[in-house]
Amino acid sequence: MSTIATADTGHHDATKEHGHGEHHHPELGFLQRWVFSTDHKVIGLQYAVTGLSFLFFGFLLMLVMRWQLASPGQPVPMVGAFLRSVFGQTVMTDAGALTAAGYNVFGAMHGTIMVFFGIVPVAVAGFGNFVVPLQIGAPDMAFPKLNMASFWCFFTSCVIMTGSFFVPGSAAKSGWTAYPPLAGIADLEGGNIWLNGQTIWLIAMVFNITGSLLGSINFITTIIQLRAPGLTWMRLPFFVWAQFVTAFLLVLAFPPLEAAGFMQLTDRVLGTSFFMPTGLMIGQSVAQTWSGGGSPILWQHLFWFLAHPEVYVLILPAIGIVSEVVANNTRKPLHGYKAMVYSVFVLGFLSFIVWAHHMYMTGMGAKVAAFFQVTTIMISVPSVILLTSLLMSLWGGSIRFNTPMLFATAFLPMFGLGGLTGIPLAFNAVDLFLHDTYYVIGHFHYVVAPGTIFGLFAGVYFWYPKVTGRKMSEFLGHVHFWGSLITINGIFFPMFLQGMAGVHRRWYDGGVTYEQLAGPVLHWNMVMTVSAGLLALFQLVFIWNFFTSWKLGQKVGRNPWDATTLDWDTPTPPPHGNFDKPLMVYRGPYEYSVPGHPTDFIPQTEKV
Amino acid sequence: MSAPHTDHSSQPVLDSSSIHDVPANAAEIASHAVEYLKVGAALLVLTGVTVGLSYVDFGSRNMNIVVGMIVATIKAGLVAAIFMHLKGEKITIWRFLVMTGIFAAGLFFLTYLAHSDPISGTFHATH
Amino acid sequence: MSNLISKYFPLFTDKEVPHTVQARPDTGLYSAKLGIWLFLASEVMLFGGLFSAYIFLRIGAEPGYWPSGLLNVPVGTMNTAILIISSVTVVFAWAALKMRQLGKYRLYMLITILCGAIFLTVKLSYEWPAKFNHFGVFIKKESASKYEAFLGNKHLEVTGQNPRWEITGHLLDAPKGSSYAHQAEHNAEHFAHETGRHDAVTPAEDDYVIQVDAVNANPSDKDNDRPHFWPRETSTTLAVINAKDVESASVFAPRHSTYFATYFLITGLHGLHVLGGILVFLYLWLPFPGGTGLYKTNPEHLANRVEIAGLFWHFVDLVWIFVFPIFYLL
Ligand code: HEM
Ligand SMILES: [Cu+2]
Repeated sequence: MSTIATADTGHHDATKEHGHGEHHHPELGFLQRWVFSTDHKVIGLQYAVTGLSFLFFGFLLMLVMRWQLASPGQPVPMVGAFLRSVFGQTVMTDAGALTAAGYNVFGAMHGTIMVFFGIVPVAVAGFGNFVVPLQIGAPDMAFPKLNMASFWCFFTSCVIMTGSFFVPGSAAKSGWTAYPPLAGIADLEGGNIWLNGQTIWLIAMVFNITGSLLGSINFITTIIQLRAPGLTWMRLPFFVWAQFVTAFLLVLAFPPLEAAGFMQLTDRVLGTSFFMPTGLMIGQSVAQTWSGGGSPILWQHLFWFLAHPEVYVLILPAIGIVSEVVANNTRKPLHGYKAMVYSVFVLGFLSFIVWAHHMYMTGMGAKVAAFFQVTTIMISVPSVILLTSLLMSLWGGSIRFNTPMLFATAFLPMFGLGGLTGIPLAFNAVDLFLHDTYYVIGHFHYVVAPGTIFGLFAGVYFWYPKVTGRKMSEFLGHVHFWGSLITINGIFFPMFLQGMAGVHRRWYDGGVTYEQLAGPVLHWNMVMTVSAGLLALFQLVFIWNFFTSWKLGQKVGRNPWDATTLDWDTPTPPPHGNFDKPLMVYRGPYEYSVPGHPTDFIPQTEKV
Repeated sequence: MSAPHTDHSSQPVLDSSSIHDVPANAAEIASHAVEYLKVGAALLVLTGVTVGLSYVDFGSRNMNIVVGMIVATIKAGLVAAIFMHLKGEKITIWRFLVMTGIFAAGLFFLTYLAHSDPISGTFHATH
Repeated sequence: MSNLISKYFPLFTDKEVPHTVQARPDTGLYSAKLGIWLFLASEVMLFGGLFSAYIFLRIGAEPGYWPSGLLNVPVGTMNTAILIISSVTVVFAWAALKMRQLGKYRLYMLITILCGAIFLTVKLSYEWPAKFNHFGVFIKKESASKYEAFLGNKHLEVTGQNPRWEITGHLLDAPKGSSYAHQAEHNAEHFAHETGRHDAVTPAEDDYVIQVDAVNANPSDKDNDRPHFWPRETSTTLAVINAKDVESASVFAPRHSTYFATYFLITGLHGLHVLGGILVFLYLWLPFPGGTGLYKTNPEHLANRVEIAGLFWHFVDLVWIFVFPIFYLL
């Protein structure tokens, strides 16, 4: 039996049963259609909507922090009283100002939420679920029920993590990195060992990680097993490659953190000493709860073993999205497609052996530091290849600057800036100075905010018509784009200046206490805070556009962008089972502007 | 293991489509049964060996650990190769298992490295 | 039952996803086979993280703080054998299905399930409880000389071995207010009953009284330098230890030391895997529509499921192959 025959029958059956859209399933109630669904598209939307909500929530937490940094101790304007009633007295003073503990809560939860509850769910699980099966011509994911289980695992973790704001002492306060021994002792004194921020944080993370693992296994299997006939590996859209490598990173890097999470949990509730050193002093006396013998450094190793690959998990899907948008709007094949594919693999591989560049300050010796320094510099090579390929793809194209393309174009220099500022950090000697300053914060936010998040915006504007059958407003899209681009640089660029002047990332009064050191750069706090507030306003434009276009946007057909890949070869919106015709793929993913062809694009399924 | 005549698929209750037939490689599977038994026996013996060797004085505790780990690795290899059919498994599976092996080894080794090369006076012994 | 589910939750039922049962020609795999191997890869990293913690903590432990010889080796050996046998029977169960011998499949599967159940029962109702009733006291280094009769550090130093800081055994009396008072009382009664001695409970309020293990009873005896296969009887020697000399004191629970922390965490997680395996096997063994019920409609599918569950089970066995020596023997 040949490949073609097997897969063909599969698609045929799917077509017969499901080919004519959802209206053939009138028996599906709201619950089965939108809540307990096993359809990859619905699950993708569930992830995306949950994730986008968390991104916004995490951003609001940061707005409050930014207010505090620019005007330390002042009540938060307008919403201060409201925040006091929601978050309680640990977090807000009666006057409505952020407390020191509250600053820690918001900081830890901002990081956690943005990374594990915002970006990853949207970029990996949201776009991945919706787009990957469509782009490879599959009727669904390989394990639809498992897919649903992943989402509900993730959703459980969301509920638990959000709930932790409302336990006595409020949510976790030890940073998204949860370093022991601080995280090991946090909230334990006089508190309930289960009902406190840090313990709940760990429990929520275990659910979150489990959901991620199940999802990634599903992605890899789907991509290997369910590619349509004729869709050979080198004909895969780059987005699929990016998701493929991302899924591998998640499968192999997350488990050690899950293990470490169990260990920190038992340190907290069973009194073990995995991460608790001998002779640990709390206040004036040696802690009696722990036998000692553990190592805080062990946590850092296990944490960063995940968390470095995790940063590539944050960026790769965005690069994938940008590649699709760039190829489509330059009307040219991607420059160096193969080089990009190999780079993404090298990148994935190297990302597992660089983790200790986050730990130069732990007293590691010169030999080991040298090793991690070298691997870290090596990993910038494939990153540069990816970025250069995308830049070269712009060359000589007759570019259509629609909203997705604007975001994709801006992604390139922003991601570039984030990457470049990372290189000094790779060097041990420089990092000893810059570690834990705002320079680091600036570095990773350039990668993640105007980088990844812009990539995600590009993706939302790009695939929105496929999901809803309507385009989002171009005018509002342009307003959103230009506003965001300018303000986001207003937030993050000054961080480099402050960081190089030595401003520490965790000062809760914005540096006032250290006036003598930070004085010359303190005025930037106001610039950053105002920019953050304006950025929030421009996001309202996006939210408005997102919801109103659902009903009012310009109606479009199957392939509004004249794209080549299989996701645009389905009805809009795609029905249950996805494709309304048997599939056969004849060509690569980006055959744009092929000389001699009547249109400037050739869909992958076109034989000619 | 080799009594195909008691096969239920030949009973009338069942329809006769091909999935109910004994697959073509049934004889091969039957021959594997002997191999499985042998491997099981080998594993039991090796368990005895592990226990026995742990009471032999190889000069230092560390040598005992090395020896014990070698025997354990052999046992694990048998389980993976024969019981889990890794011997002759498809290349796709091998590819990512090799990767997993490399990263797991990296996790052990680099952690160990970072631990064994401290700047004196900064990294404290853990107990 | 499956009809009911599909009636009320139509989307709960699989759509036509290709390669669920039949292998994809170019990879030669059905999807679940690939899926389970990916899952096992992640499990390798999960246990890898735990084992690397074991290495890290053990290397970092100060001399004398990594105990050995505290676990019951014969019982551990028996449990190892049981898991190995169950690994054999589960491949047999799969092979029987492949040859369409339902009866044999049921038999082998039953044996597998029983083996798993015995393993867990031994662990939970014998091994762990025995540990929870065993007590250890780490002596402060500066007070160690007072307890030389139980520690034997001169002998250890002369023979070039790691020092000993801990006195282990059964707790007969605990300082006032200790959370172990109840356990001590119980043990003391037992001790009095067995030996007829009533000197176990001292009037002092800040003493631990321990009926010490054989090692601490004769700490300078060369015979005690290396662990033994058969666990030794607790001696009838009593050690009276003043709370001021104690660095830490605990039953053999996770909080006792990093050794027991890793032991309980790893074997606990392993036990959960065993439990998961048993549940899956039970499902495949009973006449559920997705279990043995599947035999009627699609025996190959059932065989695949057994193969998948079997792979998981072998992995659990494989982990134990490492757990056993590193905690029980070395
Ligand atoms: C665009 C609006 C954003 C603003 C204004 C902002 C601002 C900040 C600031 C000022 C800090 C430093 C907090 C401290 O003192 O420790 C921070 C930390 C952090 N941010 Fe953002 N951020 C934004 C978006 C994001 C996004 C999209 C992510 C997604 C990955 C993210 C991830 C993090 C992480 C991981 C930390 C470290 C948290 C910690 O160490 O506790 N941020 N952010
Ligand atoms: Cu990193």
